[in-house]
Amino acid sequence: MNFYLLTLAKFAVVMAVFMTTLAYLQWVERKVLAHIQLRPGPYRVGPHGLLQPLADVIKLLTKEGFIPAGVVKPIYLLAPVLAVGTSLVAIAVIPFGPKVSILGVETYLQLTDLNIGLLFILAASSLGVYGIALAGWASNNKYALLGGLRSAAQMISYELPLALALAAPLLLLNSLSLREVAESQAGYYFGFLPRWAILQAPFPQIFSFVLFLIAGFAECNRIPFDLPEAENELVAGYHTEYSSLTFASFFMAEYANMVTMCCVAATVFLGGWHAPFPAEYGSKYIPSLLFLLAAGILFYHAANPSGRRWDRYSLPVFGVVFLGLAVLFLIPVFQSVLIPVFWFAAKAGGLLFVFIWIRGTLPRFRYDQLMRFAWGFLFPVAVVNLLVTAFLAAWVAK
Amino acid sequence: MDLILFLVFAAIAVGCGVNLVVQRHPISSALSLIGVMGSLAVLYLLLGAEFIAAAQLIVYAGAIMVLFLFVIMLLNAGVERGVDKSRLARWLGLPLLALFLGMVSFLVRRFYPDKVSVAFGGFTGGGPADVGRKLFTEYLLPFEAASVLILIAILGAVVLARKEID
Repeated sequence: MNFYLLTLAKFAVVMAVFMTTLAYLQWVERKVLAHIQLRPGPYRVGPHGLLQPLADVIKLLTKEGFIPAGVVKPIYLLAPVLAVGTSLVAIAVIPFGPKVSILGVETYLQLTDLNIGLLFILAASSLGVYGIALAGWASNNKYALLGGLRSAAQMISYELPLALALAAPLLLLNSLSLREVAESQAGYYFGFLPRWAILQAPFPQIFSFVLFLIAGFAECNRIPFDLPEAENELVAGYHTEYSSLTFASFFMAEYANMVTMCCVAATVFLGGWHAPFPAEYGSKYIPSLLFLLAAGILFYHAANPSGRRWDRYSLPVFGVVFLGLAVLFLIPVFQSVLIPVFWFAAKAGGLLFVFIWIRGTLPRFRYDQLMRFAWGFLFPVAVVNLLVTAFLAAWVAK
Repeated sequence: MDLILFLVFAAIAVGCGVNLVVQRHPISSALSLIGVMGSLAVLYLLLGAEFIAAAQLIVYAGAIMVLFLFVIMLLNAGVERGVDKSRLARWLGLPLLALFLGMVSFLVRRFYPDKVSVAFGGFTGGGPADVGRKLFTEYLLPFEAASVLILIAILGAVVLARKEID
């Protein structure tokens, strides 16, 4: 098939899925946080608040875009574009699955494969700080300026441990292209232990993984590192003066950064689309079993209603949807595409859940603690980790 | 296609460079410098030097310029007022600039008389592996010398900062 047509089709699919993920990630986050705090969370719009993202989008679209007096207008308007642009572009190099053939067309489940893929992601994430810093400066507001300053200092500090933590597994995987990184983690030790980077000989990269996650939290400005938007000191930080669509783009950029970070972690450390145990032990039936289990739980609760009026009708509908998914994953034609994508999505989704879980668990750092943690602990540990990995990799290679 | 991209991004680089000098506000100047660096990265990419392009973006645009911006924002530097230009600069500026450009072009023509035009896509040794291999074999000594130089600069900065605190 025509290269341009194929790329356009893949782009459309990835963009549609990515945007829906961003919208619903916010629903998932609110639900998970609510359940951590023993509240029901969004509940009014649609069954179990499932249409809440749609309502939010409509609200943000139809609000007045207010530009306060005294802002530096060109930079004030450029900042959200920068933030959302740099955060969305990184998804282009993430591989979601191996080479597959769909309707006779052979293609990789990836938009594009650069031989500097990881550097591209690092560059995009390091440019993302401009959106936040410039927004803070151009808003003509002291709280926004403080938020922008904090964000600039924090991003520079945490980029170093992030890059060092990524460098260690790359010494074992020998490539910067994300597709090759994922492909070189195929196979199993002793027939059952996956050769993912966090388990790979000679030095399992579990420390790098934890370091990467910690620095990743800081890069995404997430709790416990969300000082640029600390509500109780800075109103709303760098986006205090933004409303309507410009505010929505900052919001979207934050979630897009989170998704990218989780996709990179899943690809580099957790083996990308490879299943956690071999197919001959039945790993390809796991998705169907999980969906069956979900459908079973839904049907059980529909049969024993807990007093909510609509559950009797809404739960069976979702149960049927999950049953359909379970059947879909059993059809051999779809399996070659769906199973790798399922494992990739499961890993990235699990990491996203960790992001939300930590937001519901940990309080915020103080600013001096944040800086001391980066330079006094994270950076030296990352250097030592890199050195040990390098020595062991060289020793084995000899 | 390559030629069009080259012309577009070369024009952006030169435009941003001029804007950098013309702008009165330090933040606008810093933003123009980021524009220059971004378009330079694209030019490196066009020449086949992928690693250099990524390093340009990560190191210059992503780290050094963020630090510049941070300092400008921290000091809250305002619009610079123009000082009275000397009459010498006003009358001799343009002729001297023309003379300088003429000299440069003359010297280039003199030392590189054979006009070999650059072929886009002709060079393919710009990947990370190639650059690393070259750095640690052929250019090992300059590479290490540069790193020692940077280390000395860092030590000097630390010593100077110490004195300030005491």
